[in-house]
Amino acid sequence: MIGSPLASAARTTSWKVVIPFYVYAAISFLAGTLLLLFSHDAFKGHYFQPHILAVTHTMALGWGTMIILGASHQLFPVLIETDLHSEKLAYASFLLAGTGIPLLIYAFYRFNMGAVAQLGGSLVVGAVLCYLANIFISISKSKRENVHAVFVFTAALWLLVTVALGLTLVVNFTGTHQLLPRGSLHYLGLHAHLGIVGWFLLLVLGVGSRLIPMFLISKYTNTRVLWAIYLLVNAALVGYAVLFLYFPKTGLNTIPAVLVLAALLLFAWFCRKAFLARIRKKVDHQMKVSLLSVGLLVLPTLVLLALIGILTATGREHTGVTLLYGFTIFFGWITAIILGMTFKTLPFIVWNKVYRPRAYIGKMPSPKDLFSDRVFVAMAFTYLAGFIGFAAGILAVSSGLLQLGSALLLAAAVLYNWNIGKMVTQKKFNT
Amino acid sequence: MNFRTNNEEKTEKAFEGLRFVDDPEVGLNVVDLGLIYGLDFEDGPKRVTCLMTFTTEFCPMGESIQANVTESLKMSFPGEEVVVNITFDPPWSWDMISDAGREFLGG
Repeated sequence: MIGSPLASAARTTSWKVVIPFYVYAAISFLAGTLLLLFSHDAFKGHYFQPHILAVTHTMALGWGTMIILGASHQLFPVLIETDLHSEKLAYASFLLAGTGIPLLIYAFYRFNMGAVAQLGGSLVVGAVLCYLANIFISISKSKRENVHAVFVFTAALWLLVTVALGLTLVVNFTGTHQLLPRGSLHYLGLHAHLGIVGWFLLLVLGVGSRLIPMFLISKYTNTRVLWAIYLLVNAALVGYAVLFLYFPKTGLNTIPAVLVLAALLLFAWFCRKAFLARIRKKVDHQMKVSLLSVGLLVLPTLVLLALIGILTATGREHTGVTLLYGFTIFFGWITAIILGMTFKTLPFIVWNKVYRPRAYIGKMPSPKDLFSDRVFVAMAFTYLAGFIGFAAGILAVSSGLLQLGSALLLAAAVLYNWNIGKMVTQKKFNT
Repeated sequence: MNFRTNNEEKTEKAFEGLRFVDDPEVGLNVVDLGLIYGLDFEDGPKRVTCLMTFTTEFCPMGESIQANVTESLKMSFPGEEVVVNITFDPPWSWDMISDAGREFLGG
């Protein structure tokens, strides 16, 4: 009977490597929303302000990047169907980033780009190098070509370019070492877009295109569409960098934005097809929030097109719309997808930690029993209200709305942390 | 792939227990999900050999599912040796879900 070639169950990345990233990110989300509440009035002025820089980097590095690094150490082996090369390198990534990020944020908050900022930035670059080496060696062991893995690896390369440029900007800013032909402020747009599109967007598209059909239990797959998305996003990035450096203010900068919009529409189409071909008809709350984030992807792109339109028409940058653009990315799209996907990934990691050693003695609790769905729903609504309130506050230049929006976002972060705490403090089950 | 066994009666007994072992990712038991490819029962020495798969080759829950299938079979057949082998040939596909499984998932 048993003639099929035998294999063995895969060795997954240890929860000890992954969970610290999730906890760090959760605390950063809390810190980011707290900073937002204390600094809400800064959002009535120009975006280049110490407190806004601190909030942005708390959200981009402490929240978004740390949780993605953690989740990808767990998910990458699933994507490439081989073991993660080294858990030690993953620990090194965590320690370097975990030390560097608060130093950097403190320096931004104090607006001092001296030794502390430079040390923080260098540690973050070191963390990214460890991550990149780890996934590169892992991929080289994989026997199969995998479009999702190519997305992740390319995204990590863009992350390296982003943080290296960020460090260069910090050093350049002090004036003691003139590394760039122009002042650091000039390159902020380049630094931000390489990070947002190259790192976050590319990674979310690559991993999301694997996870969304998987969690919906959908048969749908379309590698050609995914390659088209990959080419569109990377063409947009390279095009943007070339235009930024060599042909600024020519009006051609709409082209990369249109390419990204085309990629997003293709991705939305891909998600819709996966949704329609799903076997599991009932979609849970966590997937609904994740699918909402796909819609929220379009929002910053539309704001960006409006921003380019205003810039072309008036020759001036609209600071309110620029702030709204950044806010819809970090507190909109990135936060929404993390809020949803955390509860589709962390419960499984904790479940493996708690129940793997358990001998079979009856019906087991499922991973989704490890957190409170009611708290999740309360968090989702509080978050949505906070997001809309704060965005309205930016546009209306209203302190009241900014304060209300940031307070609601802080409440959402508290509820998120409550559920994370509930999960990570689960004790090992002993029979 | 069609499920194969050399003992229908014992298979029913094994399935009674295995229907309590879920793939936590899907929330469906391993029998209705179609993960069990075969069960072999030997008499001398007494041994149960199970051939199964996972929904994906690098299933993060694979080790846990395999351990729980092993424990379930040990409980169904006390004192017998239990061997659970994994294969990805043929790979699992959505078509392997049973009618009851599809109904459970809302299909």
